[in-house]
Amino acid sequence: MAVLGSSIKRREDPALITGEGKYIDDLTLPGMTWAAIVRSPHAHARIKSIDTSVAKKTVGVVAIFTGKDIADSEHGGVVPVGWLLPDLKTPAHPILAVDKVRHVGDGVAVVLAEDRYTAHDAAEQVEIDYEPLEAAVDPKAATEEGAALVHEEAPNNIAFDWELGDKEKTNSGFAAAAHTVALDLRNNRILPFAIEPRGCLAHYDKNRGLTLRMTSQNPHVHRLLLSLASIALPEHKIRVIAPEVGGGFGSKIHLYPDEAIVSWCAIRTGRPVKWIATRSEGSTTDAHGRDHVTHAELAIDGDGKISGLRADTHAAMGAYLSTFAPAVPTYLHGTLLSGQYDIPAIYVHVTGTFTNTAPVDAVRGAGRPEATFIVERLMDLGARAMGLDPAEFRRRNFVSADAFPYQTQVALAYDSGNYEPALDKALEIAGYAQLRADQENRRKSPGEDGGKLLGVGLSSYIEACGIAPSAVVGSLGAQAGLYESAKVRVHPTGSITVYTGSSAHGQGHETTFAQIVAEKLGVDIDAVDVIHGDTQEVQFGMGTYGSRSAAVGGSAIVRSIEKIIAKGTTIAAHLLEAAEGDIEFEKGEFRVKGVPGKAQSWGDVCLMAYLAHNLPEGLEPGLEETSFYDPANFTYPFGTHVAIVEVDPETGEVEILRYIAVDDCGNQINPMIVEGQVHGGLAYGIGQALWEEAVYNQAGQLTTATLLDYAMPKAHQLPSYETASTVTPCPHNPLGVKGIGEAGTIASPPAIVNAVCDALSPFGVTHLDMPLTPERIWRAIHPGEDA
Amino acid sequence: MSVKIEVEVNGTRHEREVDPRLLLVHFLREELSLTGTNVGCETSLCGACTVKMDGLTVKSCTQLAVQADGASITTIEGLSPEGELHPLQQAFWDEHGLQCGYCTPGMILAAEGLLAVNPSPGESEIRESLKGNLCRCTGYHNIVKAIQSAAKGGA
Ligand code: FES
Ligand code: FES
Repeated sequence: MAVLGSSIKRREDPALITGEGKYIDDLTLPGMTWAAIVRSPHAHARIKSIDTSVAKKTVGVVAIFTGKDIADSEHGGVVPVGWLLPDLKTPAHPILAVDKVRHVGDGVAVVLAEDRYTAHDAAEQVEIDYEPLEAAVDPKAATEEGAALVHEEAPNNIAFDWELGDKEKTNSGFAAAAHTVALDLRNNRILPFAIEPRGCLAHYDKNRGLTLRMTSQNPHVHRLLLSLASIALPEHKIRVIAPEVGGGFGSKIHLYPDEAIVSWCAIRTGRPVKWIATRSEGSTTDAHGRDHVTHAELAIDGDGKISGLRADTHAAMGAYLSTFAPAVPTYLHGTLLSGQYDIPAIYVHVTGTFTNTAPVDAVRGAGRPEATFIVERLMDLGARAMGLDPAEFRRRNFVSADAFPYQTQVALAYDSGNYEPALDKALEIAGYAQLRADQENRRKSPGEDGGKLLGVGLSSYIEACGIAPSAVVGSLGAQAGLYESAKVRVHPTGSITVYTGSSAHGQGHETTFAQIVAEKLGVDIDAVDVIHGDTQEVQFGMGTYGSRSAAVGGSAIVRSIEKIIAKGTTIAAHLLEAAEGDIEFEKGEFRVKGVPGKAQSWGDVCLMAYLAHNLPEGLEPGLEETSFYDPANFTYPFGTHVAIVEVDPETGEVEILRYIAVDDCGNQINPMIVEGQVHGGLAYGIGQALWEEAVYNQAGQLTTATLLDYAMPKAHQLPSYETASTVTPCPHNPLGVKGIGEAGTIASPPAIVNAVCDALSPFGVTHLDMPLTPERIWRAIHPGEDA
Repeated sequence: MSVKIEVEVNGTRHEREVDPRLLLVHFLREELSLTGTNVGCETSLCGACTVKMDGLTVKSCTQLAVQADGASITTIEGLSPEGELHPLQQAFWDEHGLQCGYCTPGMILAAEGLLAVNPSPGESEIRESLKGNLCRCTGYHNIVKAIQSAAKGGA
């Protein structure tokens, strides 16, 4: 059986199931101190004074520093933003606040102590006199007259104003439309909520520089940003290491002030410093996701073909621009608004706004769930307006299989796709026709089945993964390239170490990347090791996010393997006294084509590369190759999901009876891991649809900072999922892979909301905002009544 | 002020002087260097810190070390003899019941507690019993499968 494409068990697991895996909080260094960051309890306030005298007297306190100490010092810096849009307002983000705090959780001072408990005790003794100010909380209201101003530099709290598409063409499409539907929605703010809180451990040595171990999805990016902006050390004097990382979901991509504060303290004191966020500290400081207020419309002609789509969104940026924040509601959102459909005119306008809340940045899906939610909700409204079945309305508007490559009206060019088979498969698994019949029967004779309302929701999503190529993202404002690197080091005895810039945190790269190498080189998988997550070992890397690892990181490995095989071929041809063109490499052997038995084994060639006793003239010894793979385009996974729900009209409660996910992520390296990614993605999206919301009150207090109030999904609330796939390989990367880490999160919120709105359609309900709490549903069924 | 406690952890007796407010989870992790038990919330809500104490499943972030005086505790490190896997550990591996692994030691200990009282639970019983253990990566699907498969194997 081929290694590539098999559900091989993960080599990561033995350490993790026995408790041997080392996460950040498992690491200690001799002489280590503990940091606790003193954070603002106010959403918006002027800092009048800070008194550390009492706190400093606590036994065990090593030092206390404030924003001013850092700002005045040699190594003090700011938190940079890594994606610039035209006219983007980029107010300075100091690593500790100096005169003003702008969200609950904004750092004001840092306490170092000999142990964890003392650091937290002393942090409570730091006395700060604040002058509280009005807060701006809602992303749309923040732009209105009289709203509190988060930054002087950004009038009306507008960070950017961005548009895409042909406005006039779209408007005339609407003017000529036979039908139009409109939707006002809020895409609820969510917490990323990796179970492992963020943390870091910094150690500074005058000669060797700074070693920063941290919860990171992209150690090289963290090193680069720290060096460029935050701590003024040359890049080669910073080593960033990601140990085992307990989930990220985007939250461990960004550079936060915390890593910079801890690094600064380690440099200043000469002692190792460790900081681990408490749960509520993480909730108020991890970059949040979503938080859009949107008005969207769809225009449809008399034949049920879409003639235009337009959307106007206010997207919260929070108090400061986080690392990739400006890209999320723009290039990762506006560009996805064509969905799976052939839409002749699209226009999108996005206003990014500062609010006195935690920053908002990429969280699993990043922009694409928001876009898909708009498109797939509009599709249901459109179908209803046309009196068409939602499946039929989708089918009528799909980009047809022969239309690829397909240029959308919102910049993206879909390289490949085949949408109908995925829809058909999903409908077949669901037993769609029967479901509709059941639904009609129930509606005809309510009261049976306990009066529960049956709803069926579809979501036909498109995803854009592996954002690329670098020149294009650069022209759009990225302050980084979006390639990936891989070094394949073949050892003299033929075993292999791969160094990848894709730093995993639960995705299983050590297994899947080894599968690629074992397959391509015909070696045993146990002869291959995969190293990631250490800037000192790995050449460079952009990291793991945006479902990019297989498509970009995996392709980089293939490129290096191709170079290895080419060099091996040169050596083998020389040893076999044959022309290079006559050598073929197969199953770990370099053979002379057509001459049975005339061959050099993999091991012999590797050994000769290093012995160098008999190499072709001018060929360097060694067998090691590095590639930086810059993709030609995004990849475009797609699929159709079907949610089948039951709503209790008495309580407003939703039960998911079945959830069917048909996804097309191209070729699959390890189907078991693909499925696992789908499952996790679904729980994430279903959580947003039904339960999760990061709620800020008018004063800017996060009222859902703990797990008591933030409703992360639990096992008993979720069903087992029914998953299946279709395979449409990506045509432009050597593995034909696309990406699957976010599909479930992108597809499921509209599938669930469509299902619930379908169940509630007899009550005239057309839309409900997430999360679909029992109260919200009950009120929709019983308008004007008291609960 | 510190208090002397005597605790048996994974079959080894330990005597320590501890701060009365020291959490059991920090005692295990920092005093005994048993870092397999993780901390996700410190408020008894995520289950990452689940261990077994005198036969019962407890969240070690909501116990004080002094409360464990005289107790016998099993953590993930002591669930199976060195070099062997407990059937639940094996099942989590076989069924891809973990991704980042952070919730996993707590999940396995919680599942062990379930199977101790209900050796062949149905899917909904498994899901109900995991209410106190959160996983953000797996969507629980394969965790449930792993527990079912360990139960079938006679764990
Ligand atoms: S750390 Fe104990 S329950 Fe979360
Ligand atoms: S495997 Fe990551 S939290 Fe469960």
